[in-house]
Amino acid sequence: MVSQIDLNQIDNMQYDVLKEIGNIGAGNATTALSQMINSKIDMKVPKVDLLEFKELSDIVGGAENIVVGILFTLEGQIDGMMMFMMDMGAARHLVNLLLGGAYGSDSGEFSEMERSALNEIGNIIAGAYLSSLSSLTNLLITSSIPYMAIDMSGAILSVPAIEFGKIGDKALLIETEFGDADNAVNGFFILIPTIDSYKAILSSLGL
Amino acid sequence: MNEMIKVGMADSNVCVSPNAITTLGLGSCVGIVLYDPVRKIAGMVHVMLPDSTKIINNSNKAKFADTGIDLLISQMLAIGADRRNLVAKIAGGAQMFAFGANSDMMRIGDRNVEATKSKLKQLGISLKAEDTGANYGRTIEFYPDNGMLLIKSVGKEKKMI
Repeated sequence: MVSQIDLNQIDNMQYDVLKEIGNIGAGNATTALSQMINSKIDMKVPKVDLLEFKELSDIVGGAENIVVGILFTLEGQIDGMMMFMMDMGAARHLVNLLLGGAYGSDSGEFSEMERSALNEIGNIIAGAYLSSLSSLTNLLITSSIPYMAIDMSGAILSVPAIEFGKIGDKALLIETEFGDADNAVNGFFILIPTIDSYKAILSSLGL
Repeated sequence: MNEMIKVGMADSNVCVSPNAITTLGLGSCVGIVLYDPVRKIAGMVHVMLPDSTKIINNSNKAKFADTGIDLLISQMLAIGADRRNLVAKIAGGAQMFAFGANSDMMRIGDRNVEATKSKLKQLGISLKAEDTGANYGRTIEFYPDNGMLLIKSVGKEKKMI
């Protein structure tokens, strides 16, 4: 039997499975990030929130807070998108760790080199997230190149929100906060499978 | 003290002068303002998708350009706006990420704007001004007192349309 998914009426079992996917994916992504910047990164317990669109922009510090969003489109046996979002302070911190503070521009905006580094951070994090999801479900997932935007969080979140909007009135958000000893680095992982892919994920796990 | 009424994503609300109405961080969504300049009554809806008939789960009318405009008109008439006076201003419909050309997601902003315009045309509501497309987010504020729409974007000058 194929599971029916209605995000408005998601049952506890489905919720727990999606939460666990977030847990494993974000765990792997955090490890990858930690290795990349050669510094210990701790991850907090992921939160899985089913939010109304109205509430969506209140996360990451409000709709007008400027954030870096790196988005991937997914194809294969799981379709959809995945987004990695962090605030400007976190992005700046990560870039400095990776490039040692070199290549910065005077304006405080990210230079070409720094944007490229951010894309690479996104690539590695998303890769780790998706490969763990792929091995867990035994489903093939291929991801696009990273697409980056630096803008108001509400505007960036509108892109995944619209994808959720096609299947329901809520967005499923898997939020993971991570940080090193000195600076808290806040990031969000958002996985947005299409409705058929939700079914594929749950079926692959025997639900 | 004048109030600033907030409209969320897939949400709508109405306001009467001297209050103003706003929606924050429009991306590919479109913010549609309808306005009765005689009674100084305004309404705003923040729509996410062009067409309710293409989506099975379409109970939230404020989510779609077609049903969102209908909903907004009925909300405005309920507080005393005159249907014959209504004019429109719209903003948003950006393409936030530079997706490849064959991507369905790429044109969602444009499609939202097109659907909004065709619905307004069908209803005979004149579109007075727009600030749509491009690749950046917008916060908008509408002032029924003077009928102006203020547009704020990251790293750009404020704009009044």
